[in-house]
Amino acid sequence: MSALSIEHLNVWFGTGAERTDAVRDVSLDVGLGESFGLVGESGSGKSTILRAIAGLVPTWSGRMTVAGETLGKKRSKAFYRKVQMVFQDPYGSLHPRQTVDRVLSEAMQLHGVRDIDARMGRLLDDVGLGAGFRFRFPHQLSGGQRQRVAIARALASEPQVLLLDEPTSALDVSVQAEILNLLADLRRDHGLTYVMVSHDLGIVGHLCDRIAVMQDGQLVEVLGVEAMRRLEAQSPYTQHLLESSIHAIR
Amino acid sequence: MSTTQSWRTWLLTEEPASRRQARLAAWYKGWLSLRANTLAMLGLAVLALLILAAIFAPVLATHDPFAQDLGARLLAPGEGGHILGTDSLGRDIYSRLLYGARISLYIVGLVVMVAPVVGLIMGTVAGYAGGVLDVILMRITDIFLAFPRLILALAFVAALGAGIENAVLAIALTAWPPYARIARAETLTIRNSDYIHAIKLQGAGPLRIVTRHIWPMCISSLMIRVTLDMAGIILTAAGLGFLGLGAQPPSPEWGAMISEGRQYILDSWWVATIPGLAIFAISLAFNLLGDGLRDILDPKEDNQ
Amino acid sequence: MTDAPLLDVENLWVRFRTRTGVFDAVRGLSFTLGRERLGIVGESGSGKSMTGRAVLRLIRPPGMIEADRLDMHGEDILGLPEKRMRKLRGGRISMIMQDPKFSLNPVMTVGQQLIEALRAHEPVSRREARARALATLDEVAIRDPERVLGLYPHEVSGGMGQRIMIAMMLLPDPEILVADEPTSALDVSVQLQVLDIIDKLVRDRGMGLMFISHDLNLVAKFCDRIMIMYAGRIVETCKASELARAQHPYTLGLLNSVPDLEHPRDRLEVLQRDPAWRDAPSVSARA
Repeated sequence: MSALSIEHLNVWFGTGAERTDAVRDVSLDVGLGESFGLVGESGSGKSTILRAIAGLVPTWSGRMTVAGETLGKKRSKAFYRKVQMVFQDPYGSLHPRQTVDRVLSEAMQLHGVRDIDARMGRLLDDVGLGAGFRFRFPHQLSGGQRQRVAIARALASEPQVLLLDEPTSALDVSVQAEILNLLADLRRDHGLTYVMVSHDLGIVGHLCDRIAVMQDGQLVEVLGVEAMRRLEAQSPYTQHLLESSIHAIR
Repeated sequence: MSTTQSWRTWLLTEEPASRRQARLAAWYKGWLSLRANTLAMLGLAVLALLILAAIFAPVLATHDPFAQDLGARLLAPGEGGHILGTDSLGRDIYSRLLYGARISLYIVGLVVMVAPVVGLIMGTVAGYAGGVLDVILMRITDIFLAFPRLILALAFVAALGAGIENAVLAIALTAWPPYARIARAETLTIRNSDYIHAIKLQGAGPLRIVTRHIWPMCISSLMIRVTLDMAGIILTAAGLGFLGLGAQPPSPEWGAMISEGRQYILDSWWVATIPGLAIFAISLAFNLLGDGLRDILDPKEDNQ
Repeated sequence: MTDAPLLDVENLWVRFRTRTGVFDAVRGLSFTLGRERLGIVGESGSGKSMTGRAVLRLIRPPGMIEADRLDMHGEDILGLPEKRMRKLRGGRISMIMQDPKFSLNPVMTVGQQLIEALRAHEPVSRREARARALATLDEVAIRDPERVLGLYPHEVSGGMGQRIMIAMMLLPDPEILVADEPTSALDVSVQLQVLDIIDKLVRDRGMGLMFISHDLNLVAKFCDRIMIMYAGRIVETCKASELARAQHPYTLGLLNSVPDLEHPRDRLEVLQRDPAWRDAPSVSARA
């Protein structure tokens, strides 16, 4: 059973002469419990696919099925219980005027969680934040800590699928390592399915099982992480990406 | 001394232990920032004086503000037991000033309760909903923005009779459009933030998003705009009073006092000038406070 | 290096006086720069960007620069009046920044900015400035320089914008280039292209390069010497070729925390920050 299935997805912005096609006829499948990477350069449409799944994009066509539910114009409450997203910018993904407690308890409230206080402690523990962080405001947290709160918020509903939009690209290298370890641990402990977008092949190679390569809105190829590590790609574009990242060694 | 110290440490702690503590700590830090701004504190002090004068007017006044004494007309400040002199009907200016503070506060209070609130609602709904609703609400805003305030006040007076409530109504009806525009502009920016996307992904509906997530972000710019507008509102009310459209005689409204003292300005300058200075002082105080609020509210929290 | 180093910095401090006390962004840095490539590596808050700005005296109050010595070619620049510093800035020592979106003026065309940059430092005619601008655009591998001169910054891609920025900064022929994260905002394939251009220009003109970055591996490939900064101090300095033999735990931590495509690991090493690193004195990076 696949966790996520996309068929002939098209996403566009604007109409008529000003229309830009961000995603063009993309089809892919993510298995339950799999960690799936979406890579590409800026403008390749990888983040747009994630946003389309999450329901944050108004103009799309095609067919998307997540955990057995076919997605329509709007997303249902059941969808939000199953699928959650972690955003790229830790400085923009938390409401500046709300404490960590408020952010997490509101999320739990909206999902109908009963014992909010007890769950709160466990959530904070799961992401490696102690109870002392509970009542801090975002400006009192570092980038890595904010991202942990964002991950905790995504886990509040005990989802099945986590959409990760470049979760570590705005963080320092050492903090990135912590967050990547955390993500690996969480996936193992909770049996999550990841769909992760990144421009960094090293990160994707570390966390993912299979990778889809995007260019200019189109899917170039899907390859397994082993093939990626051996630098064996079918398409020349993928080969070029792999070689560039080796040379830059990130 | 030790209890104040422990309060301070409790409020300045890095790890608040409860919602209440976190909220109080945030307020306290904001207060400390404001306190560091001397001009803003000066403004705050003047306003505090205004409020105290209004509340304690009966206690602080030396004479009955309505008591006429034609034998003691146009006395200079200091003469005959009148601290700031008397006007053309022998009424004590100092006492009238104090009671007039009540009227000024009444006007300001009414406008503040109506205009920014209406503006906030209109602006955030228009900004968040977008589409046709946005267009309709913004065109309504434009219509109200186009109304000249004084003409509207004249219209109300003609229709409903002169009086201070009608002046306030005229001011409030023409004061809300700028707030709607500010709120809408802020909403358009905030709407695209990741934290709004995130709460949408938790299943929050538009009402919750607008009231609990967007309003708190708009409130600070509105608050700043309100304090800066206060000066204008008082001056407008004074202007209406000056034209006889607002408070009616014998009410000690400051604008009306200036109007009455106009004809004596060459010989008895204090009758018109002293209420004018009071208006000036209050306007300046609001401006200084508004600037100070802008410094603490805008840069710190939104530009992390 | 037999002549005086291009840049000689001794005991550099950059302090910011805030309402809650004094914040020291750079604490007692000492280094020299010759006709070589010096890489300055650190995470956010390490003070690396501040160091670059301090050398150009681009720090405004409430920031203060203090140093025992801040010399360029043996001449003190710390005490120079602002008017003379303006001539140096851009003319003898130049800086490229991270994102051309923010460092190019959006309301002027590329041509206008390039010509202005040159004429601010040399008394050349517009025609000659234009010719030199075209020549430099050619040097940074921009294929249609005539057309690009008339474009606005928002009309060019990230990689091209960065190359324009490099052209602009190198037009007045400076001796020292400070590059502050020049490729961090670019896609990987474009990064290599831009680095190649910087490499060629610096080599051909015999310039000194201060390459500031958070990417230790990139700097190791590109530079001759590296200094690693933490909390405003240098914790280690070494030759780029000897990076694998680095000793300081912070350097090793940085090296090991990056996921490597070709050498997968189950868990990435998490850097354990030792408070002693912050207090240890700054290592001198004098050549």
